[in-house]
Amino acid sequence: MSATSAPVRATPVSATRRQQTISAWVFLAVPVVLFAVFLLLPVVMAIGLSLTDYSVIGDFEWVGLDNYARIVDDPIFWVAVRNTALYTALYVPAGLLVALGTALLLNRSTRTARVFRTLFYIPVVSSTVATAAIWFWLLNPQYGLLNAVLGWFGIDGPAWLYDSQWAMVAIVMMSVWAGFGANMIIYLGALQGVPGELVDAARVDGAGTFRVFWHVTRPAISRATFLILTLLLIAAFQVFDQAYVLTKGGPGNSTLTLVYYIYDRGFGRLEMGYASALSFVLFLAILVFSVANARVTGRENDR
Amino acid sequence: MTAATAVAARAAAPVEATPRPPTPRAVVGKVVWVLAVVLISLTTVMPLVWTLSTSLKPESEILSSYLQLLPSTPTLQNYLALFTDGPFGRYLANSAIIALGGVATNLFFGGLAGYALAKLSFRGRGVVFGMFLGSMMVPGIITMVPTFLVLRHFPLAGGNDLFGEGGTGFINSYGAVLIPFAAGPFAVFFMRQFFQALPDELGDAARIDGASEFRIFWSVYLPLARAGLAVLGVLTFQAGWNSFLWPLIALNDPQMLTVQVGLAGYVNEYQTEYGPLLAGTILASLPVLVVFVLAQRYIVENFAHSGTK
Repeated sequence: MSATSAPVRATPVSATRRQQTISAWVFLAVPVVLFAVFLLLPVVMAIGLSLTDYSVIGDFEWVGLDNYARIVDDPIFWVAVRNTALYTALYVPAGLLVALGTALLLNRSTRTARVFRTLFYIPVVSSTVATAAIWFWLLNPQYGLLNAVLGWFGIDGPAWLYDSQWAMVAIVMMSVWAGFGANMIIYLGALQGVPGELVDAARVDGAGTFRVFWHVTRPAISRATFLILTLLLIAAFQVFDQAYVLTKGGPGNSTLTLVYYIYDRGFGRLEMGYASALSFVLFLAILVFSVANARVTGRENDR
Repeated sequence: MTAATAVAARAAAPVEATPRPPTPRAVVGKVVWVLAVVLISLTTVMPLVWTLSTSLKPESEILSSYLQLLPSTPTLQNYLALFTDGPFGRYLANSAIIALGGVATNLFFGGLAGYALAKLSFRGRGVVFGMFLGSMMVPGIITMVPTFLVLRHFPLAGGNDLFGEGGTGFINSYGAVLIPFAAGPFAVFFMRQFFQALPDELGDAARIDGASEFRIFWSVYLPLARAGLAVLGVLTFQAGWNSFLWPLIALNDPQMLTVQVGLAGYVNEYQTEYGPLLAGTILASLPVLVVFVLAQRYIVENFAHSGTK
């Protein structure tokens, strides 16, 4: 994987190299320009905007760190933080365990297992909006399939999206349902790499199923666990579509997430300066958690 | 969870080579396994089946017999209503243009750039590659407001003058969604990984024969990367067709909405009219489902590889 070590060539080196350098930059021109205009420039602009009170209409002023100071005293911001934290705390472990459980279940190379792999993957293909529309119907308190099924077991299901206690739980359930297939596939790929001899040896030594999993399988797939945890964390911090489509942040702000709040400030009320400051706070949170995850989960990989 | 893990861990064990009559324990394990996977696949597939069934029921039947899987009098009236009551056909066309346009540009520019990073030697290669890789970590939310402003104030676009004032720039045009994502870092990264697996000697031989660098890319390497292009094409199509937040921001003219944004509006609009809403859901999911079914083997396998490397 040495990307930088150029291969040694016997041909007239300088002419070929010059030719290759020119071609390479021409080939790279479009992605590099797009990178500069739609990533580098926006990041720099976002820093600048977050220090102003820019709101599209009218003049704007340099306000220094006022936006950031305002965030600290913004009660709605803290509601959004709490909601996003709750979503993350429920979604990340649930998403990881369901992906791992289903991958272990389907880790066999039979035709049947392959068919079920496709069936498990189906929800991933649909958009979050379509998924949300389906769940809007599933979660209907009176006519929804979910409460009907709960009713068979004598459970009186809650009003889900109309109940501030349950709305976020409903969104988490929907998100796990919609996303676990992708992570299941990553785990299935990793499980192929678990050395079979090691599993056999552990069994011969009398280790039970759980001990084999904990001491042989789990360390062998720790790289995939790290990748999936990172993906889940980043996705959880930026949850938006589901909350926007299903509840519009309600009831009573109980599903107002951070990205929803940023969207609302920036494009609903056009307070783009304040929205930029909010997005940097979110970026910082993602960065901190990603680094912490790399430290904790990543350390296992280096052993 | 423990029961499932136990069964699952057994599933993970390699199959014994010696054929022996199955023990009662193995039979029970097999039955539990089948029950578990059938139950899970019911939860993943049933909601879609139920959605399809509801979308085919007449309005009177939807709530009165909501648990009945097969409609007693199937009808397409919900689907027709979508096209007669609103510009749903237009939404579908907008999404198709955006998704297919994204596929074309990402395959071409992603392939070209990925090839340069994998097969051409030049100074700065590592830096450019690191830059693309790093940019995949930047959350989209941070560039959202400024990207909107860049597109809105793009010089000489959409009625703007040289200084980007006076018009609306690319906002409310296909360009607003196509241009920023025309050559995403993921496409570059993905194609680079693919080209790197191909031997250098092919290019060297063509070079000695005097072929131009673009020709070497186009006629020697690109045909060998067909499988990679297919997977990238499907993934890009799905991402483009399903994308929501950015089209929601950049396209708000009623004639420019994508199918996802249009559908999101229906959830609020048709609070109690589930028929048209669920018919729209089926139409919004159909293209990606069809593409997935056609390509699912490649996708699932390739996804598994990219996750572990």
